[in-house]
Amino acid sequence: MIQRYTWRTGILEAVMIVVALIFFFPAYILINQSLRRSNDQAAPFALPTTITFDNYGDAWTQGFLGNALVNSATVTVVATLVLVVFGAMAAYPLARVTKAWSRVAFAVFMIGLLLPFQLALIPLYVTMRDLGLLGTVWSLVLFYIGLQMPFTVFLYTSFLRALPAEYEEAASIDGAGPYQSFWSVIFPLLRPVTGTVVILDVIFIWNDFLTPLLYLSGSGQMTVPVTLYSFVGQYVSQWNLVFAGLVISIAPILLVYFLLQRTVIQGFASGLKG
Amino acid sequence: MAVGLPTVQPASSAAAGASPARRRSSSRVPAIWVFLLPAAALYAFIVLWPSLQGAGLAFTDWDGLSADRNFVGLEQFRTVFGDDKARAAVGRTLLIAFTITIVQNLVGLLLALGVNSRIKSRNVLRVLLFAPAIITPVATAYLWQNLLSPNGAINSVLQTVGLGSLRRNWIGDSDFALWSICLVIVWQFAGYSMVIFLANLQGISAEVIEASYVDGAGPFRRFFSIIRPELAPAITINLMLSIIGGLKLFDQVWVMTGGGPGGSTDTMSTLIYKNAFQFGDFGYGIAMALVLTLLVAVLSAGQYALLNRQNRG
Repeated sequence: MIQRYTWRTGILEAVMIVVALIFFFPAYILINQSLRRSNDQAAPFALPTTITFDNYGDAWTQGFLGNALVNSATVTVVATLVLVVFGAMAAYPLARVTKAWSRVAFAVFMIGLLLPFQLALIPLYVTMRDLGLLGTVWSLVLFYIGLQMPFTVFLYTSFLRALPAEYEEAASIDGAGPYQSFWSVIFPLLRPVTGTVVILDVIFIWNDFLTPLLYLSGSGQMTVPVTLYSFVGQYVSQWNLVFAGLVISIAPILLVYFLLQRTVIQGFASGLKG
Repeated sequence: MAVGLPTVQPASSAAAGASPARRRSSSRVPAIWVFLLPAAALYAFIVLWPSLQGAGLAFTDWDGLSADRNFVGLEQFRTVFGDDKARAAVGRTLLIAFTITIVQNLVGLLLALGVNSRIKSRNVLRVLLFAPAIITPVATAYLWQNLLSPNGAINSVLQTVGLGSLRRNWIGDSDFALWSICLVIVWQFAGYSMVIFLANLQGISAEVIEASYVDGAGPFRRFFSIIRPELAPAITINLMLSIIGGLKLFDQVWVMTGGGPGGSTDTMSTLIYKNAFQFGDFGYGIAMALVLTLLVAVLSAGQYALLNRQNRG
């Protein structure tokens, strides 16, 4: 093996660790500030004079973060589930039927990957308003299912195209109908790409801001990013409180990330290549 | 043709016409539609139809409230491009997109090369450097708003290391606000570019790399002659993602500056939001959104064609 750990590798290691520390400096400040009393005189990067967890309790109750986490979780889970089921179903004919209409249908789905949602934003807002859906998380569930469908269909179709059709053919010879062979043969085979779909859709939906800001502002059903926005608007100078709120709101997604790091990173790296 | 979808097999149903056969066919023919329709309908309702509406309404005097609307041709675009703020926002959005695309991918590539080595901390570093990319942009924007504030940690560190003269009101000064936002985006998403470069780097065969050692190529030679040409797929995806992301930028700008100070960080997206939902001028917002759509289409198509030609040549 030519690539051994040499003194050059040692220097690279040191440089990379310094770079990582610089990258993590903001995270250090975030935690540090969230554990301070508001009258702490220590410099922003120095350790807190006294450590307190009061900010977390206050942010939780004053910021309605519990409610926001429930709303975000509802939107994310329901929308992702529907995306997985409908996306995988749609990919089946799109990947297996080779007729012209199927290719056209796939191309129409792919247009959605390029269209910036800003174009649909205003007409869709008016439609949601006229349907009386604004102010409820269900408008968002509907929105994310439609918005993320092209990407979901793209991932499933690409995966399914690379999957040999023999399994379904065997099932079909055994007398299984299209629904049965889809649910009992194909869908289980899609498991790896379902993992990618779930990770990418969940992270996108959880973090999204502009549409929830439009649909839910001022309602009792705000998701985490909008809740943070209105919370900071209210407690703008109380950074210790705000930082505790930030920690609480990013904790769930970071927890998922650190538990499933390898899968998440692979999902982001491979999902986009298709 | 798929055997698993008997719907497209003609034999059992087409010729017969007798009622039992027809019933059987009608219960089987729709299978394709049962699979396709839910996704297609939701996609059409949320994305396709409103986008078409938006593209059409941009040429009318629609105000978002009344059903009444008249074709006015390019009138809305004339209003938008007659507005200094809008012209500046288009230029600024392009500037942000290009800056982010170049800096984020350069940093991401260097990080990827760094962790794609023999260093012992490589696995930990990959996980840590990618972490910012999955965090809610609203949260990272607030964090940085504080870090970059006059009494924030960045100025405090500059003071401590003897660079007190570099202290700035990073976000409050219109000369620095835009670059501060770019810095935040690069910090958050460089790890994203890194992960995509890394996946590509790991696919390069070890033999090719080792051969370059045998031939005595130095690290720079090795990178530009051997590795760079192999990175074409990652470069294409990364450039596409950051250009589109930069053009659509809203969250970080809205949270950190709201487009200020004095409109110096307004992007196309913040102007769409302000004009449509704060000033109630839906026509302006829709025309701006169509301009944004065209920019995204032209830049991604151009970028794709350019890289494709380069990869072949």
